[in-house]
Amino acid sequence: MKLSKNFVKDYVDIDVDIKTLAEDMTRVGNEYDSAGKLLDATKLVIGEVKECEMHPDSDHLHVCKVDVGNEILNIVCGAPNVRKGLKVIVALDGAVLPGVTVKAGGIIEKDDKPRVIKRGMVRGQESNGMLCSMLELGLEHKYADEVDKTGIHELPADAPVGGDPIAYMQMDDEVADFDLTANRGDLLSILGMAYELGAIYDKDVKPIDLTHKENSENINNNFKVEVNTDNCSIFLARKVKNISLKESPAFIKNRLIASGIRPINNVVDISNYVMLETGQPLHFYDADTLKDKIEVRMAKKGEKLFTLDGKERTLSDEDIVISDGERAIGLAGVMGGLDTEITDKTKNVLIESAIFDGVKIRKTSKEILRSEASSRFEKGLDPNRTYMAIERACKLLEEYANGEVVGGVAKFDKADLQNREIEISFKKINDVLGMEIPKKDVLDVFRRLKFEVYVNGKRAEFKEQEKDLEKVEEITVSVPRRRGDISIKEDLIEEVGRIYGVDNIVGRLPEMPMKAGSFDKVTRGIRNKMVDLGLNETLSYILVNNKEAKYFTKDDTELVKLLDPMTEERNTLRHSILPSLLKIYEYNKARSNKDVAIFEIGKAFYKKQEEYGEINKIAGLMTGDFYLGVGKKQVDFYIIKGIVEELLDYLGYGNRYSFVVKEEQMPDEVHPGQSALISVNNDIVGLIGRVHPVLEKEPVYVFEIDLDKLLDKKVGKMKYKEISKFPSVKKDIAVVVDKNITSDEIATVIKKAGGSSLSKIDVFDVYTGKGIEENKKSIAYSLTFEKMDRTLTDEEINESMEKIVDMLSKKLGAELRK
Amino acid sequence: MEEKISEISRLKDLAVSEIQSATNAKELDEVRVKYLGKKGELTSILRSMGSLAPEERPVIGGKVNEARDELEVLIKSGEEKFAKQELERKLKEETIDITLPSTKVKRGSKHPLNRIIEEVEDLFVSMGYDVVAGPELETDEYCFERLNLPKGHPARDMQDSFYITSEYLLRTQTSAVQARAMMDNEEKAPIRIICPGKTYRRDDDATHSHQFSQVEGLVIDKNISLADLKGTLEVFVRKMLGENLQLRFRPSYFPFTEPSYEVDVSCFKCGGKGCNLCKQTGWIEVLGSGIVHPNVLKMNGYNPDKYTGFAFGTGLDRLAMFKYGITDIRLLYQNDVRFLSQFDRLDR
Repeated sequence: MKLSKNFVKDYVDIDVDIKTLAEDMTRVGNEYDSAGKLLDATKLVIGEVKECEMHPDSDHLHVCKVDVGNEILNIVCGAPNVRKGLKVIVALDGAVLPGVTVKAGGIIEKDDKPRVIKRGMVRGQESNGMLCSMLELGLEHKYADEVDKTGIHELPADAPVGGDPIAYMQMDDEVADFDLTANRGDLLSILGMAYELGAIYDKDVKPIDLTHKENSENINNNFKVEVNTDNCSIFLARKVKNISLKESPAFIKNRLIASGIRPINNVVDISNYVMLETGQPLHFYDADTLKDKIEVRMAKKGEKLFTLDGKERTLSDEDIVISDGERAIGLAGVMGGLDTEITDKTKNVLIESAIFDGVKIRKTSKEILRSEASSRFEKGLDPNRTYMAIERACKLLEEYANGEVVGGVAKFDKADLQNREIEISFKKINDVLGMEIPKKDVLDVFRRLKFEVYVNGKRAEFKEQEKDLEKVEEITVSVPRRRGDISIKEDLIEEVGRIYGVDNIVGRLPEMPMKAGSFDKVTRGIRNKMVDLGLNETLSYILVNNKEAKYFTKDDTELVKLLDPMTEERNTLRHSILPSLLKIYEYNKARSNKDVAIFEIGKAFYKKQEEYGEINKIAGLMTGDFYLGVGKKQVDFYIIKGIVEELLDYLGYGNRYSFVVKEEQMPDEVHPGQSALISVNNDIVGLIGRVHPVLEKEPVYVFEIDLDKLLDKKVGKMKYKEISKFPSVKKDIAVVVDKNITSDEIATVIKKAGGSSLSKIDVFDVYTGKGIEENKKSIAYSLTFEKMDRTLTDEEINESMEKIVDMLSKKLGAELRK
Repeated sequence: MEEKISEISRLKDLAVSEIQSATNAKELDEVRVKYLGKKGELTSILRSMGSLAPEERPVIGGKVNEARDELEVLIKSGEEKFAKQELERKLKEETIDITLPSTKVKRGSKHPLNRIIEEVEDLFVSMGYDVVAGPELETDEYCFERLNLPKGHPARDMQDSFYITSEYLLRTQTSAVQARAMMDNEEKAPIRIICPGKTYRRDDDATHSHQFSQVEGLVIDKNISLADLKGTLEVFVRKMLGENLQLRFRPSYFPFTEPSYEVDVSCFKCGGKGCNLCKQTGWIEVLGSGIVHPNVLKMNGYNPDKYTGFAFGTGLDRLAMFKYGITDIRLLYQNDVRFLSQFDRLDR
């Protein structure tokens, strides 16, 4: 809401500059975006062009002699409309204008720095200032007329030479643009602002002038209002005859401009002006296009209407419409109909002042047009203002459009016009605010807000002293309907806090029983472990495109898609974290960050049988060189496998996991020969492998684990495992087996054959090539034997080794490598 | 015998001079072998004692032993000297260029937003708060309706949402967890929780990201006031951004609190004098907060006549940006490893 200081001064006496006013408003909860002069330009003077000659060295510049009152200035001017006898706005040497440059057609280029006018030479001719257009003074493009867009501003012939042009045009106004909270619909009016400022500065609010004459006719004799929906609580109509359509007086135009509304003509301007003053949107119909009644009802589904923007609208049964009894003639509160709008031929006007349901208006306006009017309906209106606004409009039409007000008001009214009475105790106020506010100061807040207060059933005079209130615990506050945001005790407490101020509250910590707080230790532990392992944690967007969303997963769930995405690139919730990590990898690759080792703990989403769900996952991606303990190594499958094993061991799943290959379950995005499923307790919990070369040419390795599924598998408490006091014995063995036999298979046989004294099996070499048959490979193991209770004898170990060799040969056809 | 004694003396003198002229451990050892070895010249005198008269034997034996002891002391000190020289030589030889670059031993790093979250969690856990989580794919009911924001409420404009269906959406605020916490507690007060997490709004520019992070705090008990809120936020802000910071409560509006306040902090860059960070105002807006609206208590199973509470929420992205001097929010989500790996430093 743009607040014109001149406008609000009609209703409250304030004498602070706009910046102070805006800051003071902010302190009571009304933030502002900007505050300053309507036209921020200095050293301007009204001048008269006494002579105007073509510049000798230019085909478009003029050299003018301009009378500025106390002297005649030589000024070079490029505007085509400059001419002898014209009254102009002169920016003198040293004038500071807003930082705008006006290009052809009135296009404005804005600059943060103000523009300083300096005396100088223009192609050899002395120029002692500048003749200005309104655009150069900072008037917004949409308010400027054609003359100002193509040339300099032309002041009326009676403009006093040497005078202040901004004051002469009645544009010496200041404006603050407030960013109001959604509950303060009352501040979308000059009157509401006046009450708020009145409370801040302890000033009275002046009454609004509603006086007008009316003729002897009565609208109710031949016109009626019918409301056939619950979505309209009050509807008033008055008729004004024989209006003359013309330009509005300067004060109306300028106040509209200051408020951000473009002036059109006196009639349209008056409807906007009254809306700004009272907050009540009005609609003016050309009365001669109407029949003998107006009906408010819900639209029929599929009903058609041409709105005044010339578009045909197809309505739904959620739209409130105004009808002439036969057909829709307007979308209530949102946009009027084309057939009944005010035109330059309009003589007689029907004024509508009504309140429509905010939720319905909100819905309709979201589809059609959000306007100054619709936003006011959405936030709620005071029905007392509905009456006020229609009378104010009659007054202004009579005064500024020579209108003749027809007697009587056609109306429907089941609105609640009464104040709200709220009981509250001083104790409650102090308890919530945590302060000790004197009782008389509480009353004083309500006095400033112009709320009536009842003490012991009697209306407070606000002369009460603290001692008069000693025994008073409860008061009743009568809140006018204009403050629709106040309905409960807590709202009143907020008002006390706002106006009295809460800067003096002394902070303290809540007095509550001591207890230990808790947090998610496991996630924290996983994060710490991954960081210790050398990976950088990422945090990526969960929104990806619908193609990537299912990457690296293979299940029967559906994707979760946004109804209204911002871009196609982010239209679906990811089902795996890996597409996000792949994007991060691409981003880094493009910046020559070749070594990437990252992980992320986050959510993945799915839909299954109309149910939506989310899964906590951890995913990792590694490529390039990786710093492994000491020194670096090119990342391969076994490094990322090591990371996963380390994590699973850390979480207590040692000896309970395996890496399995199940072709039909492998997603398409992984290398079929370099990937596996991660199985814990024989249940698949994740995936590990190289990204498929079709997707990523470089070797990039990834893993992902469903943390919900994994962590669901219980683990015992961490317990120390006894260390043998007796020496262990290491034996190496190298066997030659078929190439397709896996290390896991061999290890399983060795483990079984080795018995309980075999405590550790390590692979230390895998070899194929010279000396080994084709289709065969050699694997070398280092085996550790130990017993907890004694030293093993050579015979026992040799016996075990023989058994291992024997079993490997029988089960896997393995031969000892010679 | 005299002859033998002078022979011993001669050999000893000879040996002494050879020991003294030895230049390394090897030469020294050769001297030792030559005189004291199994076949050494002094040793052979002992060996030939059998040919001496019995009364001469102890005299000669004593002389030889005397000479041997003397030589052994000299040899030992010579050996020590050479060992020391050898060690010094070796150490000198092993001297390296300590200015050559190190062999990297790299640790990973936590994402700055998660660093902030952990810091906030630790702070509130130390004050007895529980850290709770809630779904990111939330229902309209918990995200809005149970927070006093019925459908069609104009304040919904403050938060343009990503809807999945008319009922499901990506949560626009961690406040959604408030209602869940209250419903779960079934009026068994007190409640003392924080909920850090991701939130989503249809907004994307240099200062807004469509995905961002918030932390929500909620305390419900008997007699909770604005003073308790202020005290709590003072601890929070001062621990996170700097001791001695001042708070300012500015009235505002949130549908789920009444009264509601935006909380400004005295500018931690200029100390309140006015700078470009605080736009010359001396204050920086950091939190939204208020006293829990009685409708919210009622709707979620708490009797507003018995209980009061406060709630607060703040954007963690901004907090991280303030704390680490990050000027572009997009850095937080680009995940450039050169950016990420900087966050492996203890905050002291």
